[in-house]
Amino acid sequence: MASEPQGGLTEYIQHHLKHLTPHTSEGGFWAVHIDSVTVSLVLGVLFCLWFWLKARKATAGVPGKGQAFVEIILEFVDGQVKDVFHGDRRILGPLALTVFIWVFLMNAMDLLPVDLLPWITEKFGIGHFRAVPTADINMTFAMSLTVFVLIIFYSFKAKGAGGYMHELFTAPFGKHPALWIPNFALNLVELASKPVSLAMRLFGNMYAGELVFMLIAGLFSAGAGLAGWALYGAGIIGYTVWGIFHILIISIQAFIFMVLTIVYISMAHDHH
Amino acid sequence: MDFNATLIGEMISFAILIWFSVHFIWPHINKAIEERQVKIAEGLNAAERAHAELKSADVKVAGEIKQARLQASEIIDKAQQQANQIIEKARGEAVSEINRLKAAAQDDIASMAQRARDQLREQVGALAVQGASKIVQREVDASTHKALLDQLAAEI
Repeated sequence: MASEPQGGLTEYIQHHLKHLTPHTSEGGFWAVHIDSVTVSLVLGVLFCLWFWLKARKATAGVPGKGQAFVEIILEFVDGQVKDVFHGDRRILGPLALTVFIWVFLMNAMDLLPVDLLPWITEKFGIGHFRAVPTADINMTFAMSLTVFVLIIFYSFKAKGAGGYMHELFTAPFGKHPALWIPNFALNLVELASKPVSLAMRLFGNMYAGELVFMLIAGLFSAGAGLAGWALYGAGIIGYTVWGIFHILIISIQAFIFMVLTIVYISMAHDHH
Repeated sequence: MDFNATLIGEMISFAILIWFSVHFIWPHINKAIEERQVKIAEGLNAAERAHAELKSADVKVAGEIKQARLQASEIIDKAQQQANQIIEKARGEAVSEINRLKAAAQDDIASMAQRARDQLREQVGALAVQGASKIVQREVDASTHKALLDQLAAEI
C-alpha cells in the first residue's frame, strides 16, 4: 500500500496492477489470472441466479418490484436488438442480455474501494487481487473472441460456405479476379478489427478507470500533518466524484459492448 | 499490506457513493419500476373492466332482445284485436245497411201495392159503374150515386 514507507505511489500502483496467479507458473502462459476468473464466474453465477429466480416466479399479473426491474432491463435490451437486427431474436436477445448484465456487473466491481478486496484476500494470505475482470485484457478478449466466433458462425450460417467465400473475395471492390486479393485483405482487416476494437475499448476504459482510482487513492497517504489531512479530504472528494462519474462509464461501456455485439452479428447476417 | 488510512478513505468515499446512489440514482430506477407497475396494473384493470362491461352489455342486449320480442308480440296482438274490431264494425254496419235497405224496399213494396190496390179499386168502381149502366141501359148519374159507388169501391 501507499503507506508502505519504502514503496510510495509507484509501488502501490504496481502492486495493485498485479494479477493473482498460481505460484507455479509465474509469468508464463499458464499463469491464469485467478482473480479475474473467480470474480467473473461469481458475478456470472449471480446474474444467472438472479434472473432465473425472477423468471421462475414471474407472474402475468402486476409484477413485483424485482420482476419489474428485470422486465425493464429485458425490454430495454430486446428493444436494442430489435432496432438493429430484423430476424429471429431467440439467440441474439439472450446473448445481448448476458453481455450487457455480465459486463456491467464486472465493470461495477470498479466502484468497490480499490483496496477493499485485496485487503480481505490478504487476510487469507493472498497478496494480489484485482477485483475488476474487465480491466484484465484476457477477460475482454475472451468475450470479444467469443463474439468473433459467433460472427464467423453466423456468416457461414446466413450465407453458406460458398456465399461467404464469394463475399470475402468479391466485396467491396468487385468480382474481377485481379481484385480478389485486395478484397480478401480488406475483409480480413475488417474482420480482425471487430474483436480487437471490442476488447481494447472495454479494457482501456476499465483499466484507465481503475488506474485513476489508484492515483486518487495515493492522495490518502500523500502528506503529513495539516497538508496531509487536506490531501486526505481532497482524496475523499476526488474518489467520490470519480466514482459517481464512473457509474456512467461502466453503464456506457456495458451498453457499447452489447450494442456492438448485436451490430457485428446482425452484419454477419446481412448480404452485401 | 496492512489495514491503514487509505482503505478508510476509500471506504468513506464508497459510503458517499452509496449515499449518492440511494438518493440520486435509485429513485429514478424506482420511479421507472413503479410507473411500470402502475401501467401494468392499469392495463390489467382496464382489461378486466372491459371484460365486465362486455358481460353486462351482453346481459343488457339479451334483455333488450327479450323486451323487443315481447313488444312485438304485444303489437301483433293489438293489431289482431284491432283487425277483429274493424271486421266486427264493418259487419255490423253491413248488417244495418242491409236491414235499412230491406226496410226501404219493403216500404216501397208496401206503398206500391197500396197504390196498385187503390188503382184497381178505382178501375173496378169505374167498371162496375159501366157494367151497371149497361145493365140498366141508362146513364147512371155518377154524381147521384157517387156515395153508393164509393161504398162499393171500398167494399171491393
